[in-house]
Amino acid sequence: MTLPALPPNAIRLAYLVASVLFIVGIKQLSSPKSARNGNLFASVGMLIAVVATLLDRQILSYTTILAGIALGGVIGTVAARRVSMTAMPQMVALFNGSGGGAAAIVSSLEFLRFSRMGADVPPDAGVSILLGALIGAISFTGSIIAFGKLQGIVTERAVTYPLQKPLNLLLFLGILGLSAWLVATGQPNAIVYSWFAAAALLLGVLFVIPIGGGDMPVVISLLNSFTGLATAATGFSLHNYVLIISGTLVGASGTLLTYLMCKAMNRPITNVLFGAFGAVAKAAGPAGASDRAGAMAGKTVRDVTVEDAATMLAYARSVIVIPGYGLAVAQAQHNVRELADLLKVKGVDVKYAIHPVAGRMPGHMNVLLAEANVPYEELYDLDTVNPEFERADVALIIGANDVINPAARNDSQSPIYGMPILDADKARHIIIMKRSMKPGFAGIENELFYDPKAMMLFGDAKDSVTKLVAAVKSL
Amino acid sequence: MIELLLTDFTIFILAIFVGYEVISKVPVILHTPLMSGTNAIHGIVVVGAMLVANTSEGVFVAVLGFCAVVLGTINVIGGFLVTDRMLQMFASKTPGARRP
Repeated sequence: MTLPALPPNAIRLAYLVASVLFIVGIKQLSSPKSARNGNLFASVGMLIAVVATLLDRQILSYTTILAGIALGGVIGTVAARRVSMTAMPQMVALFNGSGGGAAAIVSSLEFLRFSRMGADVPPDAGVSILLGALIGAISFTGSIIAFGKLQGIVTERAVTYPLQKPLNLLLFLGILGLSAWLVATGQPNAIVYSWFAAAALLLGVLFVIPIGGGDMPVVISLLNSFTGLATAATGFSLHNYVLIISGTLVGASGTLLTYLMCKAMNRPITNVLFGAFGAVAKAAGPAGASDRAGAMAGKTVRDVTVEDAATMLAYARSVIVIPGYGLAVAQAQHNVRELADLLKVKGVDVKYAIHPVAGRMPGHMNVLLAEANVPYEELYDLDTVNPEFERADVALIIGANDVINPAARNDSQSPIYGMPILDADKARHIIIMKRSMKPGFAGIENELFYDPKAMMLFGDAKDSVTKLVAAVKSL
Repeated sequence: MIELLLTDFTIFILAIFVGYEVISKVPVILHTPLMSGTNAIHGIVVVGAMLVANTSEGVFVAVLGFCAVVLGTINVIGGFLVTDRMLQMFASKTPGARRP
């Protein structure tokens, strides 16, 4: 099968159009009104770039390419359509890993080309090949581990072992050494390259494994910008502008986005990546934990029955709902909206307080509630809603934990100290719906549960909300 | 050769600034869709995969090239579709299109 070949300049123009569409697309993605159009623009840009490449006369056989596009298209479509909104973060991680893997393979094939020709690798080609392969490989395995952690296949906890940092550093230095040798000698040595690639893949695993599940969104965002940079590096080795522009665009915007996410959690990026969340809690352990356990030992948790909770809600003037990841896992967002609708009929003012990192990615909770048709204007962000808590009769906390933990305000020893939280403790009554007393993602105790105003309603979120709905109806 | 590299480098540096400027102010609610959308854009690496996949030099290269095209396409198609699914949910709730 042959297609008519486009002249190289036409292809370059097509790439330029694609690059512009990507830039405009990202720009529009950053505003709620135009976001969907932005995504559409970018995908049209992608289509133009891919079609133009198909018509490149460098391409001799279409069978492999078209078969690959068909297979990848089917996998991508099925995965994107089937995934539930709660599993979105790990899906993005997998898609990101695919891109990283592709970049690593493209770089490796470029290296192999020199190897087959028996030609020396010029230093500039060497550097861009090795960078593309290294960053792509880290992004590939790192994303898979991030996926595993969010999916529960790999432990969510930060995995730590003795000499972890020195060993990682050693591995990194080893990679640098092999790279330096490859670039300096210019020898297209496939065996040395294989060692380099294997070490890069391993580094991706070791890089992500000590980071706790709660920080995965930041990690995925960072790996997203890594894949962008890896793509840009492949653009350098192929001297392809659309690859350089789009890869760099994602690399830069992804880095900024990662920074913005960290800022929303009020934590420096270094602390997220190298702080080993779990380990900090442990380090503060012997003294800190026992102190806290002691402080909590004397206090008891108060239970509330579904009927009492329903009465409190139905006769309140204003209720603020604080949804957390527990709500999402239980798929209770539709039931919560039903409850809110019932309460509104009874004249209760219902607001939703959305913490920036509620759910598992920034903005994740908004997506989940939007899915359940919760009106956009009932969602309030942290700064708007916090002053409202003083006037609220009931703060209804559904499967949220760390985002309402007063330790972020009071306990300078706490790993979440300094993170902005929702001031649920200022409400007149606090109803906390939770499966058990288990600590949240950050793995720390929550003193709010022991607050005299707080009442616990234990059970699966969906189950409890359904019972609440029935109880409110029968009032 | 150095000229080619310099052009690449110029484009690279300018793209950094564009990438930075283009998302200076993003509301938190759009962080997830934006991450997912930019994620789809680096799927452009599929173009690189297509260019190296054709070299018709042995089974090993063909298989690797095929894998790269598959992975790149998953990134592109999956990324755009999943982003659209997320944004679709916001679309009907934007103040301009309030429900009756």
